[in-house]
Amino acid sequence: MSQATALQTAAAVEAGSQEFLVFSLGDEEYAIDILKVQEIRGYENVTRIANAPDFIKGVANLRGVIVPIVDLRIKFRLERADYDDQTVVIVVNIADRVVGIVVDRVSDVMTLTAEQRKPAPEFGLSLPLDYISGLGNLDERMLVLVDIEKMLTSEEMALVEEAGE
Amino acid sequence: MDITEFYDTFFEEADELLAEMESHLLELDVDNPDVERLNAIFRAAHSIKGGAGTFGFEALQRTTHLLENLLDYTRRGELTLRRDIVDTFLEAKDMLNDQLDAYRQGGEPDPEALERICETLRRLALEELGEDAGAEVAGAAPAAAAPASPAPPADEAAAPAHHEAVGGGGRFQVTLIGVADKDRDLLVEELAQLGDIEDQQSEGDRHRVVLTSSLSGDDIEAVMSFIAEPEQLEVRALDVAAEAPAATESEPETKVEAEAAPEPAPAKPAAPAKAEASAKNADGGKKGGESTSIRVPVAKVDQIINLVGELIITQSMLNQVAEDSETVNDGALVTGLNLLQRTARDLQEAVMSVRMVPMDYVFSRFPRLVRDLAGKLNKDVELVTEGKSTELDKGLTERIIDPLTHLVRNSLDHGIETPDRREAAGKPRTGRLTLSAQHQGGNILIEVIDDGGGLNRDKILEKARSSGLSVSDSMSDDEVWQLIFAPGFSTAEAVSDVSGRGVGMDVVKRNIQAMGGHVEILSTPGQGTTTRIVLPLTLAILDGMSIKVGQEMFILPVNAVIESLQPRAEDLFSMAGGDVLLKVREDYLPVVAVHHALDVAEAITDPTRAIAVIVQGEGRRYALLVDQLVGQQQVVVKNLETNYRKVPGVSAATILGDGSVALILDVADMHRLGQSKKENPVFGARNRARPVEEVEPS
Repeated sequence: MSQATALQTAAAVEAGSQEFLVFSLGDEEYAIDILKVQEIRGYENVTRIANAPDFIKGVANLRGVIVPIVDLRIKFRLERADYDDQTVVIVVNIADRVVGIVVDRVSDVMTLTAEQRKPAPEFGLSLPLDYISGLGNLDERMLVLVDIEKMLTSEEMALVEEAGE
Repeated sequence: MDITEFYDTFFEEADELLAEMESHLLELDVDNPDVERLNAIFRAAHSIKGGAGTFGFEALQRTTHLLENLLDYTRRGELTLRRDIVDTFLEAKDMLNDQLDAYRQGGEPDPEALERICETLRRLALEELGEDAGAEVAGAAPAAAAPASPAPPADEAAAPAHHEAVGGGGRFQVTLIGVADKDRDLLVEELAQLGDIEDQQSEGDRHRVVLTSSLSGDDIEAVMSFIAEPEQLEVRALDVAAEAPAATESEPETKVEAEAAPEPAPAKPAAPAKAEASAKNADGGKKGGESTSIRVPVAKVDQIINLVGELIITQSMLNQVAEDSETVNDGALVTGLNLLQRTARDLQEAVMSVRMVPMDYVFSRFPRLVRDLAGKLNKDVELVTEGKSTELDKGLTERIIDPLTHLVRNSLDHGIETPDRREAAGKPRTGRLTLSAQHQGGNILIEVIDDGGGLNRDKILEKARSSGLSVSDSMSDDEVWQLIFAPGFSTAEAVSDVSGRGVGMDVVKRNIQAMGGHVEILSTPGQGTTTRIVLPLTLAILDGMSIKVGQEMFILPVNAVIESLQPRAEDLFSMAGGDVLLKVREDYLPVVAVHHALDVAEAITDPTRAIAVIVQGEGRRYALLVDQLVGQQQVVVKNLETNYRKVPGVSAATILGDGSVALILDVADMHRLGQSKKENPVFGARNRARPVEEVEPS
């Protein structure tokens, strides 16, 4: 993390606000805690893994580290899952693992204050409520705040070996 | 300086010292002990005691103190060694290990065990030295019958004797430089244990202690260096006893300093002190024996290996670009790339060798085990180790210890007979157990060879029947021997605490398979049994054969590949349930199509147009159908489970020259996958690739 970001983060924490990376899946905008994000890269050179769920696109080489790539659009049955030059992979660090998630596009980094964060609604979102930590209100935009760690380590993601296996 | 920071250093050093002590004890010739060896044992105990005292590990200190005294008598020839005395020493050494472990985990050692070992050592001192050292023990000897109370005097009395005896004693000035107050107190306390403190003075960041000790300057330094950094410490001899050459030699400036020392020079500038300290260091390096090795965490080495792997991938990427582009005629570029390639390969090899450790690391723990077990089982066993310098990946050496220990126990318990039985069978009374290691291609071959009774075929069959395994009398020996790897299998007549519970051999096999190896047993009745473990040298790189199926690239471990051929239609036999068998010379092998097992699209589905690669995994041969053989290359093995999970049919992944990931197929698992993908699995012919070999009588 650059020094400037570190300073911003420190300032943000003071004000009870938090920084989020905003990305879009279909028509909805989602946001995840920026501290979980390691890097953003293009979607390329993904090696398919046989007999894996369809939303696990395979594994990719991230400077010598083999990283699984998950397509959230397929996982949450969005209408379209195209791969074009705007398709990006957000590489996140969760539970001592590195995982890449495919999203339609990454828009920006936002700071949300405590007042701007609202509890999640009961229904009406593409993602299951379990993984949603709240909604972000930013002028005209609504951001769905995703608990990415909880989501990727969940059993249905089949990314982590189940206990006792 | 927080003293707890040095705990780990102490633990590691103490571990090494104990291991050294053990190997010396084991190699000690009881009838004619080598003085150097005895000295080495004594020094090890002594250094541990010093460190233990400093860190306040009281139990450890007490035990080593008693042990040290006894060792001191031994090295001076006042205590005549016997096998049982060595046993006691070994027992004490084990206890020290236990105590060390307890402290390492932040606890206190078991007080009962402590009392027990102290008692044993005291009694040994009393019984053995009661006459020899009567004067020193001072009245303790007559009370030998009641060992509880007289013990401390014996212990006390021994100490001064020890002080007088050791050459190289005298007065020393120990200067502690830049040591915080609380640590200084500890250090001074430690010094007090080495001798008598006559005087101490503090001046700035220097604290001088004048000490009379029976030890040499070297010894004091050795003990203190457990806790203090070398530059924090200066040891000078003041009026050195005549025979203390070690201390004087190492301190050329002794004279000058000795004069100045008693009345501390008033305002000694700090800078010269520093310079002096570093000069001292330079010369201290010589006598401390320039360390030829460094301790590096394995994680760091792995990181370097990872980076070198990356470098090689980048390098092959560059090569590819150069080949494709038109600049290929540029001689300088080609030369440079070739040079880069060679250097990168050399670098990889060099880095990989860092992970390699000699098998001695494993074998060195067996002399003790064999000695103890043989004693327990009343057997005479001689242990022979061969190929100690054979190198193996560190990760593997650690994992091979348990299976090997199990096999050695088995050989001692079930294999080698009692001396009487051996004599009756016309064999020497002393059994021989051989541990050997050698390289064979990309593998290491580790053998446990005993010259015992061999496996009993009838007994194994009988036992297998009674445990419900399907067996027949016509099974080959090799197949019968494999039965002992079945879970819960034991033919031991009596369950002993050594072996015979029937857990183990299956675990041994599983552990070895998990390391990518396999076990074979060769046995001849009356002549002995050989258990052979074949392991890959390292898990970090692999000789791979790249194959193409559809548009996808996979890697097959070369050592699993036997041959490859293009199947002819007349050699393919379809069976009920979708199985296909391929006739290769006289064998019918089941066929597993990679595209089917791994759902690869656009693959060649007609077997006669595909390539059949005959592979062997877990002793089973079968044919893998692939589209194309691409080439052979060394690949860096990357764990898939670090960030993902186990994938059926795949053992790991690697990165190809173009930066993409290729999966490394798990040959044994592919077969299972192929079977589970069929509706009605029919198990194909099982074929043993290797003929039964004769055991050579050792």
